[in-house]
Amino acid sequence: MTSQTQAARAGAVGNFDRALLLNAFADAFRKLSPRLQFRNPVMFVVLVCSILTTLLWGQAWWAQAHGGHGEAPAGFIFWVSLWLWFTLLFANFAEALAEGRGKAQAASLRSSRKDVVAKKLAAADRQAAVTFTPSNELRHGHFVLVEAGDPIPGDGEVVVGAASVDESAITGESAPVIRESGGDRSAVTGGTRVLSDWLVVRITSNPGESFLDRMIAMVEGAARRKTPNEIALTILLAKFTLIFLLACATLLPYSIYSVQAAGKGEPISLTVLVALLVCLIPTTIGALLSAIGIAGMDRMIRANVIATSGRAVEAAGDVDVLLLDKTGTITLGNRQAVAFLPAPGIEESILADAAQLASLADETPEGRSIVVLAKEKFGLRERQLEASEAQFVPFTAQTRMSGVDLAGRSIRKGALDAVEKYLDAAGSHMPPLVRRMAEEVARRGATPLIVTEGSTALGVIELKDIVKGGIRERFAEMRRMGIKTMMITGDNPLTAAAIAAEAGVDDFLAEATPEAKLKLIRDIQAEGRLVAMCGDGTNDAPALAQADVAVAMNTGTQAAKEAGNMVDLDSNPTKLIEVVEIGKQMLITRGSLTTFSIANDIAKYFAIIPAAFATTYPALNTLNVMHLATSRSAILSAVIFNALIIIFLIPLALKGVKYRALGAGALLRRNLLVYGLGGVIVPFLGIKLIDMLLVLCGLA
Amino acid sequence: MTGNDFLQLGVYLAVLLLLIKPVGAYMAAVFAETPNRVTRFGAGVERLLYRLSGVRADEEMGWKRYALAMLLFNVLGLLVVYALQRLQQWLPLNPQHFPAVSPDSAMNTAISFATNTNWQGYSGESTMSYLTQMLGLAVQNFLSAATGIAVLVAVARGFSRRSMASIGNFWVDLTRSTLYLLVPFSFVLALLLASQGVVQNFKAYVDVPVVQVSSYDQPVTDAAGNPLKDAAGNPQTKPAQLTTQTLPMGPAASQIAIKMLGTNGGGFFNANSAHPYENPTPLANFLEMLAIFLIPGGLCYTFGKMVGDKRQGWALLATMLVIFVPLTIGVIAAEQAGNPALHGLAIDAQASAMQAGGNMEGKETRFGIASSGLFAAITTAASCGAVNAMHDSLTPLGGLVPMWLMQLGEVIFGGVGSGLYGMLAFAVVAVFIAGLMVGRTPEYLGKKVEAYEMKMASLAVLLPCALVVICTAVAVLAPAGVAGIANPGVHGFSEILYAVSSASNNNGSAFGGLSANTPFWNVLLGICMFLARFPLAIAMLALAGSLASKKQVPVSAGTLPTHTPLFVVLLACVVIVVGALTFLPALALGPIAEYLMSSH
Repeated sequence: MTSQTQAARAGAVGNFDRALLLNAFADAFRKLSPRLQFRNPVMFVVLVCSILTTLLWGQAWWAQAHGGHGEAPAGFIFWVSLWLWFTLLFANFAEALAEGRGKAQAASLRSSRKDVVAKKLAAADRQAAVTFTPSNELRHGHFVLVEAGDPIPGDGEVVVGAASVDESAITGESAPVIRESGGDRSAVTGGTRVLSDWLVVRITSNPGESFLDRMIAMVEGAARRKTPNEIALTILLAKFTLIFLLACATLLPYSIYSVQAAGKGEPISLTVLVALLVCLIPTTIGALLSAIGIAGMDRMIRANVIATSGRAVEAAGDVDVLLLDKTGTITLGNRQAVAFLPAPGIEESILADAAQLASLADETPEGRSIVVLAKEKFGLRERQLEASEAQFVPFTAQTRMSGVDLAGRSIRKGALDAVEKYLDAAGSHMPPLVRRMAEEVARRGATPLIVTEGSTALGVIELKDIVKGGIRERFAEMRRMGIKTMMITGDNPLTAAAIAAEAGVDDFLAEATPEAKLKLIRDIQAEGRLVAMCGDGTNDAPALAQADVAVAMNTGTQAAKEAGNMVDLDSNPTKLIEVVEIGKQMLITRGSLTTFSIANDIAKYFAIIPAAFATTYPALNTLNVMHLATSRSAILSAVIFNALIIIFLIPLALKGVKYRALGAGALLRRNLLVYGLGGVIVPFLGIKLIDMLLVLCGLA
Repeated sequence: MTGNDFLQLGVYLAVLLLLIKPVGAYMAAVFAETPNRVTRFGAGVERLLYRLSGVRADEEMGWKRYALAMLLFNVLGLLVVYALQRLQQWLPLNPQHFPAVSPDSAMNTAISFATNTNWQGYSGESTMSYLTQMLGLAVQNFLSAATGIAVLVAVARGFSRRSMASIGNFWVDLTRSTLYLLVPFSFVLALLLASQGVVQNFKAYVDVPVVQVSSYDQPVTDAAGNPLKDAAGNPQTKPAQLTTQTLPMGPAASQIAIKMLGTNGGGFFNANSAHPYENPTPLANFLEMLAIFLIPGGLCYTFGKMVGDKRQGWALLATMLVIFVPLTIGVIAAEQAGNPALHGLAIDAQASAMQAGGNMEGKETRFGIASSGLFAAITTAASCGAVNAMHDSLTPLGGLVPMWLMQLGEVIFGGVGSGLYGMLAFAVVAVFIAGLMVGRTPEYLGKKVEAYEMKMASLAVLLPCALVVICTAVAVLAPAGVAGIANPGVHGFSEILYAVSSASNNNGSAFGGLSANTPFWNVLLGICMFLARFPLAIAMLALAGSLASKKQVPVSAGTLPTHTPLFVVLLACVVIVVGALTFLPALALGPIAEYLMSSH
């Protein structure tokens, strides 16, 4: 992403701007609907408690106005009730804030989904008859013509033509990309725009099912379902809520008995019981649980990865093995020619000249790098060869060689085994020394290309992979996290081993074919491990479909995008590592806040128990270790703390607990200290502070 | 605490720890899936038993069949015990000619012995015939213990098996734990106890003249047995002299051995292990305490061995000790410190060569404070429930410890089998929270903990808690519940809370002071005992079934280690926090209020 678009996007959906906060504020009230609250058992209990205390307040107020009295002073019930409503609103606010960013992005995506008039073709031919059809009537299998300046009317595959396409609406990347028929760059997305030339596109999705539609649904959270882990956590929280409900409800009979037994005091009031209950049930994590999930998806979106489900994001945290393609992920794009190694008795410049001639028509980056190297080393200029005097031999899968035939000369270059076969067929053979040189190159992790003229081997071109800077450290981090990295490459085992050692990956699969890749994934999964991989080509699709976390490149084919469960809009394979971290971070945030929430209860007991039974057993005031001013202020402080802590933790829930690449034991020790021990201590301080403020305000 | 207190605790723990490995390894051999030296030894008897009962030993059961077999077998046992009590006057071996036990008491006792609780509303020597004791109660002592072990073994298989639909065969597990474990161990212990003076005979009770004749006032009753009152409304009495004493007899040693080894705790005599014929010497007392923890402790090792990583078993044992040792020191220290209400008075409660010091009320002089406090902690940590001192007479804080040990869910050693599977439920909850904190779907022993496991584990953790708080509330509101209280006021609340906690965690020890042999208490506690035992065991079997069907996740650096001190501390914290958060309000109104009031 360019810095410009990045800045623009950050402005739109990045920080909490005013509009976003205002919207979230309004949503917080809208979300009070019991139907929505029922999904979250913890907050549903708070809702019921809020309604109950409001009714109790009404009753007490009415009774006091008529000379009687309620079950507690109306003013006290009012304040408790007010803060219970705040607790609910703060929880809703957190969720609304998390959703807000997604909504803003969805709105900008939706604006690019305007219905347009498409030029529908009768056949897959530019010259075929054109009918103008609204884009929402296009169906799977229709052909359309898209010319310079036209928006692409729907997801599809280029069948004829090549064009530069502006995909910034989806990727945020302003530089245009090339889309052409055949190969791995044939997929186009509805809502993007052709800048130059023309394309004939076969539509592959029906209206409402396009990539853009799914993306909008995803970022909006409309398709959000609870993830497996979230469900398990909700069960645990519900059980905790249930047991606290029982513990608090039974306190009334205990209290009635104690009043009779001690012969003094008043049974505990419903308001105090409700206050105790709301303080004890895990409201902190209950309030922030869905915000954490939404924020996790949102972090993916800001990393420019669109996940098709929350489940996929969560699975990313569990990944045991990362399969990484060598090219583009571990090494910088393509191999570069770095040396000419002539056969004995051959001048290096002769070899360079032949190599350059053989590569002139070779438009691959490798071919171009040979031309450049020859020019740099020997000043050999690029030559324009007339088609009449030279005949280029393109690379084919059968010969696996390319080259040129010109006046009496027949120059070829290719891999060792291919050239060996070629020489054998020509009645010659590979000189052992050249073979040894080639093998030596391969051992260094480079790729040897053999250059021949006629039936003579001239020497070896050394093509070298450049390992990306910093990648080694990333892999070391992965290892500390317990994740095994595996390099996938089409290279021979020797080359693969050398690069693997240089990049610091744990293992590699050399001479990988799509079948071998699929088998590898299945084998790893059979051991009970989870596999993540990324891919872009159609031949990656089966492996992507099999992997547990599959990131498809946005530049990839439609088949690859369909098979994966995430799409990386930046098409950066290294992103896989970030995806894993975001997944882990989401789980850690949930676990840490759960621990914090439960640990908080200890202080709340010390605040409420002495206050609740002060009239029956004054001796229990020994437990008032915080020396809270009065029973009333003690209970109110606990309730207020319980509500405010939600607001304080919203930034943490949305940003996520900082992830550190540590082993599980070290990570657990750290988080237990911070959120467990911290969770025990913080409320003691917080409740005391609030109590002091209440005394200052005269509310004690 | 005195040096003697520490010495006794130290010696006990040392001997126990030395025995864990051999006993645990032996049990692992008993339940091994492949034949070995141990199981070959009894193979003939085993085969004969299977043939007689029509059991196909090689048949594997899914968790539902296993649970059904377990439930049916225990309900059947329950009915047999009920019938024996109701019909005992027509059955042999009833030299005292005891009449039939009342229906509610018989039902309570039947449930109590089938659930390994062994709560006793009755007093043995004045209610039960020898036949009822032997054929009903003693047999149930064996079978309820064997059931607990069988369920644990099935749960262990859930962890060790991969992608399998079955968790073993209930009949085989039950037979093996009885045949190889409980019967031979009890035989040896019974002989050791008899050597110390525990009675074992079929004699009628013996009347002997007392050493010192004492006088007392005897109430006068009419023909129907109702007390007569004089004109002022006071009971009429006449002077009487006590010249003879009745000594109860019976086959005690054989029953006491299994009462301890199977963490049953149901005494042959009413005074339980405080009775000189049930627990005559300090050595007998030591053996009985050792017997309580022997199998629950050894099973930790067995579990580790069964799941293929002994460190996991040691970690679970360490967790139990981490909670047990401080609480035991707490109860002994509280008793040694004496009654807080007496502090500041001119009373010498210091331990010295001439006196035990501290609070000796309700304790046997032959055991003293250390052995009584240690016994109280052991019997409530394990769900044994035998007592050698009256818990009602413990100091407020000293009484709080046994009560809380039960409320923790009987997972600190706990019942044979049931204690460890209860602890495993806590471990699953702990692993879940910890697993999230390291950023992975939580897994325990290579098995992923997902929604279903969470449901079953939290059910197992929370069921006993829910029973305690609900049934205590019912009892303090019902006039029939409050009627049983001996000491009104705050101590009365403790008596009720203790009784319900004991029944709802299948412990069976009594605080004393509460007259619980009434229809209300018999029914209420009967319900508690039944619900705490079987639904919990079934939840754990369901968990095992689900785990057995899962794949095993290989260990990596990202896997949460569950054998480290860190995890031990975490697990202990989860057990303590759940126990504290649930029961703190109730304890505040009972022992804590009592302590604070008496020390003011």
